[in-house]
Amino acid sequence: MLEIKGIAVSNGIAIANAYCLVEPDLTFDKLTITDIEAEKLRFKEIVSKTKTELEAIREAAEKKFGHDKAEIFSAHLLVLQDPEMLNAIDIQISEGVNAEFALQETSSMFIELFESMDNEYMQERAADIRDVAKRLLANLLGIELPDYSRLSKDVIIVADDLTPSMTAQLDKTHVKGFVTNIGGRTSHSAILARTMEIPAVVGTKLATTDIPHGAKIIIDGTKGTVLLDATEEIVAEYLLAQEEQAAESAMFQQFVTAESISADGHHVELAGNIGKPEDVDNILANGGDGIGLFRTEFLYMDRQELPSEEEQFTAYKTVLEKMGQKPTVVRTLDIGGDKELPYLKLEPEMNPFLGHRAIRLCLEQQDIFRTQLRALLRASVYGNLKIMFPMIATLDEFRKAKALLEEEKEKLFSEGIEVSSDIEIGMMVEIPSAALIADLFAKEADFLSIGTNDLIQYTLAADRMNEKVSYLYQPFHPAILRLVKMAIDAGHANGKWVGMCGEMAGDEIAIPILLALGLDEFSMSASSILRARAHISDLSKVELMQHLDKILSLSTSMEVEQYMKKLLNTNN
Amino acid sequence: MEKTYKITSSVGLHARPSTVLVAGVTPFASDIQLEYKGKTVNLKSILGVMSLGVPTGEVVTIKAEGSDAEAAIAKVSELMISEGLGQEC
Repeated sequence: MLEIKGIAVSNGIAIANAYCLVEPDLTFDKLTITDIEAEKLRFKEIVSKTKTELEAIREAAEKKFGHDKAEIFSAHLLVLQDPEMLNAIDIQISEGVNAEFALQETSSMFIELFESMDNEYMQERAADIRDVAKRLLANLLGIELPDYSRLSKDVIIVADDLTPSMTAQLDKTHVKGFVTNIGGRTSHSAILARTMEIPAVVGTKLATTDIPHGAKIIIDGTKGTVLLDATEEIVAEYLLAQEEQAAESAMFQQFVTAESISADGHHVELAGNIGKPEDVDNILANGGDGIGLFRTEFLYMDRQELPSEEEQFTAYKTVLEKMGQKPTVVRTLDIGGDKELPYLKLEPEMNPFLGHRAIRLCLEQQDIFRTQLRALLRASVYGNLKIMFPMIATLDEFRKAKALLEEEKEKLFSEGIEVSSDIEIGMMVEIPSAALIADLFAKEADFLSIGTNDLIQYTLAADRMNEKVSYLYQPFHPAILRLVKMAIDAGHANGKWVGMCGEMAGDEIAIPILLALGLDEFSMSASSILRARAHISDLSKVELMQHLDKILSLSTSMEVEQYMKKLLNTNN
Repeated sequence: MEKTYKITSSVGLHARPSTVLVAGVTPFASDIQLEYKGKTVNLKSILGVMSLGVPTGEVVTIKAEGSDAEAAIAKVSELMISEGLGQEC
């Protein structure tokens, strides 16, 4: 049995066959062809076979993901039957080369042509040509391409990394888990796994090398391990553990309608994080008290142009109506860093995480920002809207953003459009400077929301995309705990509520510390809410507060974790 | 026969709607050409059309030759309007 260790990013156990997403070998030799007509015919047949394949994929995609996601395959079909490309290939074959070579030469020429254009859209079309050429070449060589949009049985996806475009095509009904070579807690595959509520282990470094396609594997997303060639006893053990977990989640169901209250009667708010309007259902199904973070940048991604005011208005209205009187905290556009919008044509930066992103970009490109603010203000009458600005480093930025919001509000008033009169305006505390002067911010903001993923990255100066420094992602580093305490204390001293919307808010060890510190709102993935509510119902805030001085005096992240684990164990 | 159109789509003749145009004229038997700034491409070729990169506000000429040329041009006019690509001028 082989045990592969990685980073545990999404809880649960999965037992299924590995489905390796690896690029197949499509190398070939250039050949001299004598029977030119036969070669042309062979190519023609392959084109028609590929067409049938693509049509089937398009149909499956349309059923599963809707018309928009299937469009890409319509574009592929047009490229496949493009007369200019087919003619060029025919001409090449007439010169006596094999179809593989003719295809490669011709498609490369088109790919180069499109890639050299000074237009993001055209450059993306080069990817379409590459996809189609790859499919044709594989068919010419008789090699089957992995088609993960049509899976017939349950699998665990094993890949180097998962990109958003890959997961868009992924048939999620049969995916029981993810294993990737690279990534960390906040990488795309990790977040997706938690949304899908399936286990995932990332950062295994060698999973794609060690795990053969089709091999039966066990992944433990709680421990961060992948088992290959497990004995029958081990499989039985895991099946039992899987059942226990299912029983546990059934137990959590009683907390769906329960209040979020500690054993000694202290109320908190357990909210969820969302990226798209459809995510709201999952938050409500898991009994969320509200939405603590609506990442609006997802409305701007995977498209060719900015979403219109009307489109955004509809999205915000949908969320607010579904949430009713439950609070919905919307974060304004947080783009830049690792989240790019190709159509904005932003200049590449040396240090994107320290660069022109989020509120910095919005204050400069005010048209984009104002459109979003108008859409939000118009939607405000449909529910309990709160707005917060991301990446605030200075008081000046917060004031400017707030002033723009006021201007848009005035404009709407003069147009006779109704806007809610009690929209709270807050900010993210995710840059150390904001935490250090949280007392000044708390005088002007209606609430503060601590974003731990970035706060940790900026405080420890560790790029969260860089695996080599992932050991510095330390939520319990004394510096982080002190900054969190500063923010909470500053909010409360000014009568303002303080929330947290990073990964830390749903962490089993962090929750008791945050409860003792007096955090008012905990916002997390939908799948973490019930566990957190059950956990809090067992904790006494008063008792935990007696440990606070000790916890805050510990000198390393490790010491804090050990102390808390011991404390939680004696309580049980 | 031929007709000229002014492209009004904000992203010009290279966004998704142009694929609808290409797909729409492909079934016609006639040869259909798109002419822009002295360059001519096959309107049935998505790669050809997109390689021109016609921006918004520009004028293009569509020429059709063959048995169903008239119907083909009518289809082009219809799609130009329904896809918000442009208008006859």
